[in-house]
Amino acid sequence: MFAYYLQLGLRSLRRNPALTALMVIAIGFGVAASMTTYAVFRAVSGDPIPWKSGQLFVPQIDSWGPGQGRQAGDLPDALSYTDAMALMRAHVAHRQTVIYPVGLSLIPTGQTAKPIAAHGYATYTDFFSMFDVPFLYGSSWPVSDDTGRGNAVVITRKLNQRLFGGADSVGKVINLDGSDYRVSGVIRDWNPKPRFFDVANGSGFGGEADFYMPFTRAIDLQIGTDGNNNCTKVAAAGWDGWLHSSCVWIAYWVELPTAAAVARYRDYLKGYAADQRKSGRFDWTPAVRLSDVSQWLNLQHVVPPETRVSMLISLGFLVVCLVNTIGLLLAKFMRRAPEIGVRRALGASRREIYKQFLLEAAAVGLAGGVLGLLLTGVGMLGVGLVFEADVARLAHMNLSLVMLTVLVAVVATLLAALYPTWRAASVQPAWQLKSN
Amino acid sequence: MQIKPILTALRHHKAGTVLIVVQIALTLAIVCNALFIIHQRVAQLSQPSGLEEANLIRIQNQWVGKADDKAYGSLMATDLATLRRLPGVADAYATNSVPLSGGGWSMSLRLKADQSAPSAQTAIYFSDDHTLSTLGLKLVAGRNFRADDIRPMSAKDDLLHPAVIIVTRTLADKLFPTSTAVGKTVYLANHVSTIIGVVERMQTPWLGMSWGSAASTLVPFRLLTDGTNYVIRTQPGQLDRVRRSAPEALFAQNRMRVIPDQHGVETFRQIRADAYASDRGMAILMAVICVMLLAITAAGIVGLTSFWVGQRRKQIGVRRALGATRGDILSYFLTENLLIGMGGVLLGIALAIGLNLWMVTRFEMQHLSLWYVLAGAVALLLLGQGAVLAPALRASRVPPVEATRSV
Repeated sequence: MFAYYLQLGLRSLRRNPALTALMVIAIGFGVAASMTTYAVFRAVSGDPIPWKSGQLFVPQIDSWGPGQGRQAGDLPDALSYTDAMALMRAHVAHRQTVIYPVGLSLIPTGQTAKPIAAHGYATYTDFFSMFDVPFLYGSSWPVSDDTGRGNAVVITRKLNQRLFGGADSVGKVINLDGSDYRVSGVIRDWNPKPRFFDVANGSGFGGEADFYMPFTRAIDLQIGTDGNNNCTKVAAAGWDGWLHSSCVWIAYWVELPTAAAVARYRDYLKGYAADQRKSGRFDWTPAVRLSDVSQWLNLQHVVPPETRVSMLISLGFLVVCLVNTIGLLLAKFMRRAPEIGVRRALGASRREIYKQFLLEAAAVGLAGGVLGLLLTGVGMLGVGLVFEADVARLAHMNLSLVMLTVLVAVVATLLAALYPTWRAASVQPAWQLKSN
Repeated sequence: MQIKPILTALRHHKAGTVLIVVQIALTLAIVCNALFIIHQRVAQLSQPSGLEEANLIRIQNQWVGKADDKAYGSLMATDLATLRRLPGVADAYATNSVPLSGGGWSMSLRLKADQSAPSAQTAIYFSDDHTLSTLGLKLVAGRNFRADDIRPMSAKDDLLHPAVIIVTRTLADKLFPTSTAVGKTVYLANHVSTIIGVVERMQTPWLGMSWGSAASTLVPFRLLTDGTNYVIRTQPGQLDRVRRSAPEALFAQNRMRVIPDQHGVETFRQIRADAYASDRGMAILMAVICVMLLAITAAGIVGLTSFWVGQRRKQIGVRRALGATRGDILSYFLTENLLIGMGGVLLGIALAIGLNLWMVTRFEMQHLSLWYVLAGAVALLLLGQGAVLAPALRASRVPPVEATRSV
């Protein structure tokens, strides 16, 4: 029966090629628009570290006080050096690290080669274990380099390729801005999207960093931040003046594996804030906040609003296409009321009518899905025109998107066919036969 | 026009009528909001920067190796001399940032030293006596910086305390709405500065700042840090040549520098395109969706009306046999469509406003102007009439003899 209905369906679709084409095109465009914008949305709204995102937290402290022209509940998105160091010293979390971006120049050994710009992060050795950074050679630097301001550096595979041709470079020395650093490890390609630990600087979807160095060493060498530096008051002159100012520029992350640890850390933060007031550093009780990865990404508006709005508008477009399909299917099915009357009179049950017409709709949906797939492919080529380069680069076609496109097309068409099919199945055989 | 029989007939195919109404309503709601988004984005990206953009190049230069801050001053002076001597270069200067580049320095301004809330927020551009001529900024009051106004400032050791500043008209009007700004004093941080000039317009490095897109201040300092931007105005037609020759000349002068591969040497046209990439993209996407949506809706109306015409051939024949003219039949279908269209448009206006209100709360959109809704409504009614024309003409050609045929 299935094959027969399919044959009937295809024959009926062939009978009004214009109407069929119209439905297929509507579904194809509707699905393609939705899928293209969804692919972009999916790319930017994913969990960058799904196995651990509930255990990694960002503390915030209101070190600026009320009345700095911000909305209530809007805390500085980074810590000042004073607060970051106090939290590091307290060592309350299972693991913790500070992070700030640095931009240095890599000075080649040859006399004629040009120096190259290198971007990296100054951090503590816990960074690598907290974020499960995969190593190709060697490992992160020992804790003694954190405390002893060691000249260690972890470089990425890309930089290792450029400098050492991809060989194991552990123990070799590189020169950044005139200072020598000993390579302690080389990491594999690792660039979470978004780069959750540094979303306060830039979009979070930029290219991979080149190196990681001990924070204490960077401070020793007076390397300023390559990212945002937000101050409410003008810092006193000089490096020390800046370090001890209210300027916020340091990202802080803690790993809290259990709910108890989270509660303990939250209490600690509140206590720390209260102590700052008691000690007279602030004349307000600073609000504190502890956010996990997904809360933090929300707070920082990492998903560009354009991706959401465009996905919604595209979904609206799909809905219109479906309403359109309902109307056309209704017209198509009802035109065959006499035929349905005859079949019903000859003993076909309503069930059979449902089967026949839903199958016909499914064929339309499938054709729409295939067209949608082609158009989604075209859309993928066009996302570069519509979204920012960093974001557009992330959107890609993969098996799950292909399946989803076809599935959405078929399911949507079947939903659209429900009402017309119901109308077709409720055709009164007697009335049809009589009027004929 | 006989509306009552049309309404009676419509009651016989309720489902089809409702579907067209819903489709028109949804289309109107989406198209209005999409057009409004396009309007906003286009307004955003067609703001003038205040610069004569055609022949501008920016070079991002990073010094390599630890140098004393003071040393950067002479390195920069040598570079600027090299650039200004280069064939095809009209003028050049060094700064921390340029409009639309996305990164820069902002500060608050106060009119009195002890004022608690700042009077205005401003972008800070490090400038010299060549800035106005390089960027093509129009001085509308006061004077330009003189060479002896320009001081070095070490980022690490000095605080920003310019004796004289130049502000944009936007900022001048905000600070001194009723009188001329030239000669007045303001406080940048804790230091008093005198406004010596006002330029017509200069955008800030950032888009979408709540404090305005053109509140900028030029300070007469050479910022001594390891990273600087050189801005070059070329002679007309020399842009491509200088784009290649300028970095070469700088490297020939001193190799210990980095000019990044990406965004290291850019024309202002590229900076502008990057800054507005997402605005342009949104406008394009919305336009594509609008066109597809209108096309699909029109096609849907054609399809469904054709079906109705086919269904009613016999009735049309009877009407023709009883004396109705072709024009009567044509106007019947046009009126029918107009009635359905008006139903759809009324529902659509409500939906458009509802969708906009929701987006206002959810996505910080602005309130939809009613003109958009009205224009959209008229456009959809016309689209419906256009779409129905072909099937209606076909209906009008049904011969009266059809009445005598049995199906």
